[in-house]
Amino acid sequence: MSQQLPDIDTQLANHKLSQEDYTHIKQILGREPNLVELGIFSAMWSEHCSYKSSKVHLKGFPTSAPWVIQGPGENAGVIDIGDGMAAVFKMESHNHPSFIEPYQGAATGVGGIMRDVFTMGARPVANLNALRFGNVLNDDKTSKHQRYLVRGVTEGIGGYGNCMGVPTIGGETSFDECYNGNILVNAFTLGLAKSDEIFYGKAEGIGNPVLYVGAKTGRDGLGGAVMSSDSFTEESKSLRPTVQVGDPFTEKLLLEACLELFKTDYVIGIQDMGAAGLTSSSFEMAGRSGSGMIMHLDKVPAREENMTPYDFMLSESQERMLLCAKKGSEEEIIKIFEKWDLDAAVIGEVTDTGNMELFWHGEKVAEVPVDPVSEEAPELNRPMKRPEYLDLIKDTTINDFPKVENQEAFEKLTKSMEVVDKSWIYTQYDSMVQTNTVKKGGELDASVIRVKENGKALAMSADCNVRYCYIDPKGGGAAAVVESGRNVAMSGARPLAITDCLNYGNPENPEVMWQFAEGCLGIKEACAELTTPVIGGNVSLYNETNGVSVFPTPSIATVGVNDDQNNVLMSTFQEAGNQLYLVGESKSEFGGSLYMKEICGVVAGKLPEIDYAKELALWDLVIEANKKHLLECAKDASSGGVAIALAKMAATSGLGCDVSMSVEDERDIFAESQSRAIVEVKPENAEAFEAMLDGLACEKIGVVGGDTVKINNVTMSMETLQDNYFNTFKRVIEQDL
Amino acid sequence: MKVSILQFPGTNCEFDTQYAFEKLGCNTEIVWHKAESLPSDTDLLVVAGGFSYGDYLRSGAIAKFSPVMKAVAEYAKSGGKVLGICNGFQVLTEARLLPGALKRNEGLHFISKHHHLRVENNDNIFLKKLNNGDVVNIPIAHHDGNYYINEEGLKELEANGQILLRYTDEDGNIKNPNGSVESIAGVCNKEKNVFGLMPHPERAMEAVLGSADGIAMLKGFLES
Repeated sequence: MSQQLPDIDTQLANHKLSQEDYTHIKQILGREPNLVELGIFSAMWSEHCSYKSSKVHLKGFPTSAPWVIQGPGENAGVIDIGDGMAAVFKMESHNHPSFIEPYQGAATGVGGIMRDVFTMGARPVANLNALRFGNVLNDDKTSKHQRYLVRGVTEGIGGYGNCMGVPTIGGETSFDECYNGNILVNAFTLGLAKSDEIFYGKAEGIGNPVLYVGAKTGRDGLGGAVMSSDSFTEESKSLRPTVQVGDPFTEKLLLEACLELFKTDYVIGIQDMGAAGLTSSSFEMAGRSGSGMIMHLDKVPAREENMTPYDFMLSESQERMLLCAKKGSEEEIIKIFEKWDLDAAVIGEVTDTGNMELFWHGEKVAEVPVDPVSEEAPELNRPMKRPEYLDLIKDTTINDFPKVENQEAFEKLTKSMEVVDKSWIYTQYDSMVQTNTVKKGGELDASVIRVKENGKALAMSADCNVRYCYIDPKGGGAAAVVESGRNVAMSGARPLAITDCLNYGNPENPEVMWQFAEGCLGIKEACAELTTPVIGGNVSLYNETNGVSVFPTPSIATVGVNDDQNNVLMSTFQEAGNQLYLVGESKSEFGGSLYMKEICGVVAGKLPEIDYAKELALWDLVIEANKKHLLECAKDASSGGVAIALAKMAATSGLGCDVSMSVEDERDIFAESQSRAIVEVKPENAEAFEAMLDGLACEKIGVVGGDTVKINNVTMSMETLQDNYFNTFKRVIEQDL
Repeated sequence: MKVSILQFPGTNCEFDTQYAFEKLGCNTEIVWHKAESLPSDTDLLVVAGGFSYGDYLRSGAIAKFSPVMKAVAEYAKSGGKVLGICNGFQVLTEARLLPGALKRNEGLHFISKHHHLRVENNDNIFLKKLNNGDVVNIPIAHHDGNYYINEEGLKELEANGQILLRYTDEDGNIKNPNGSVESIAGVCNKEKNVFGLMPHPERAMEAVLGSADGIAMLKGFLES
């Protein structure tokens, strides 16, 4: 195994390895690598698996709190939610595959994140997604293609999640030209487990068997991790074979079989085969325990003939797991998987050599030391540079543009694709299976499920205002954490932890790398200030096509607990005659606002400062007032300001409102100052509510009810508002059908 | 009262159904599709919702060949009460225990939402707790819920009072979400012991989840 591979330069290029990497590999092995070994290093050192560009910036994330059971580094993070129950959750991207093949790309993204959660021993109970598309409004090829992607991604997510019987209960969808060549599909799954029955991805105990379970291996997704570690060009359509094909039925069987297996005491460790398939799962499991491993690749169940050891190690066929079991339990385990019509085979065992030894019909075809592959993976300190555009846009204000009447602006914003109801998307997702869904997509702000086992409720929300991240990468990262937490708090739940999905452009561009570093700083700051640690996540770089990078998009999903599942606070108007309050300070702040984008046509300005103390005071107020049953509904004022928040609350409830808020400039009804919320209070509770304010800025702005929405000098009939709000999305997305 | 609930590979509403009936005080048992007989003390057999065998062919088309289906057919023929919900309804039509068939929704999309239904005929054990014309609010969640039956069959259904439920708005006016013939949401067999519907009454058992209208439906089975 010590001869140099023929045409080594081409091989290295195909595997996206540098000469430097090659030298390093030879040093680790003490000889020339063969093709299988080159493939292993290529996968493990891909950006996707090694985090080589991002690692240096991910250090220092707050990751612990008394309620954190498992932070980053496992398949998913785990928090304690009381009474012996734990919530297991994570968010992941499937951006590149979804752009190449929207249905399968999105579907397998959902399948992958669910495996990450159930491999920890948890039954998945809720899905969210955060989707970013390009411009869907025009009559050109780009918009037409984007509309096709919206339809395909939606169907893919639904097709997989629905079949799995896991409700998709909410999410976020937004649109911007920067995603024209590179859409983002981020999928989140939350599962429930007993807090003392969590399973980890480890392989230990010399002689313990290593089993392969689930679907058979084919050549699909070969090199997927390497593909997603590169930018797109016009030729990327030829990458379609690198996109995996999902089979949710098999995954459903795998889920049930694994949960049945977890009730036994046979399992030492288990991990799903996601990106880089058998390679990453085996190396990570052995690596976590400092073990070695032998695997006989000819024992791996195969879907196709003539597959090679290289194919087996790098295939990204879906719906597969690798598990390490107690010696002697093999037959019982195989019986469980046979019941569910799944393959299960003993393919190897744990050793104490510290090496991964791969065999093919008895002949050793690769031997790689486990630790160095992950420990010595390249860690890059890529050059960074503050982008010049920041100076060009920072002083822009809405006064630089011709004034538009508020009425006209309101009419336009209530039809904005970012604002309007997305029922076209979320009614394609089964949102109610498992009979736990208390608040779901379309009901504004966080989504909520109840926990049958302990009487509590879990609130969750995925958010990121990408315009904020463009004008201020650090502030935008922080704002995403803040908004996600605020949405959770608006349901009466205490935000406890986050998972992040950091989608950025090409890390080889110093300006992108700077955006990434700044985004991380913002997230760290906000997580520390709000005590919502990061318990897991994912980095997706190279979101760039033909040299255009996407806006920095750190999607954040916060999870919180409400102690009483019968006291979940809604976000839409509840009853005519109730009073409306605006909590928090409103200023003429339009940096990165929806108003500036839709009315002025630019993404520019200065991001409002975040005052964490005021933010936490707002959360406390809503959570405590809700505990005292003083609130009827609460919704944060974010994109589009108070006016658009009220419009959404009215449209979704069918109740109008009559509001007059104090402003410096009449356009301030659309301003986006942070840390604000609208709450609805019954007249008889007004006094008790006001007594809780404790110095927080708060203005009584009006009442619920009537056939119109009136906000200062803006008026719209409920009929027009509801038509704009509920029918625009379908009109746009289905116009080509 | 003993409720047996079928579990095919891909079924995903068996535990919801179990939870709903246990809330009503019933004993329940999940029955694996390879069983060749039903529990002898079964008072009601439920074919639960989901995606049996992934529904990659026609919904319910493979499940009808599962070993347990022979026992289900015998149980139904001998007068045993059977309820098929969603995929269960599709399985029962495929197995010819209920008339008609379920096609892909007219709009071709999966539809998940709360929907109103009007009670068309309460002269049966399933809906006897409700009045004809009552409107209930029950979630739907299906891709293949477009009920089809030919004209002759439809006349027969009408003549025998086999049409149980129709999709409507909250005031009881016809509102058809999926293209079903005559907006039909649920039917029973001529003997009125086998029932099928696309909506999910087991998801409408608690106000905290948006509706408790399913209680009155499932409770009908409890008092025989």
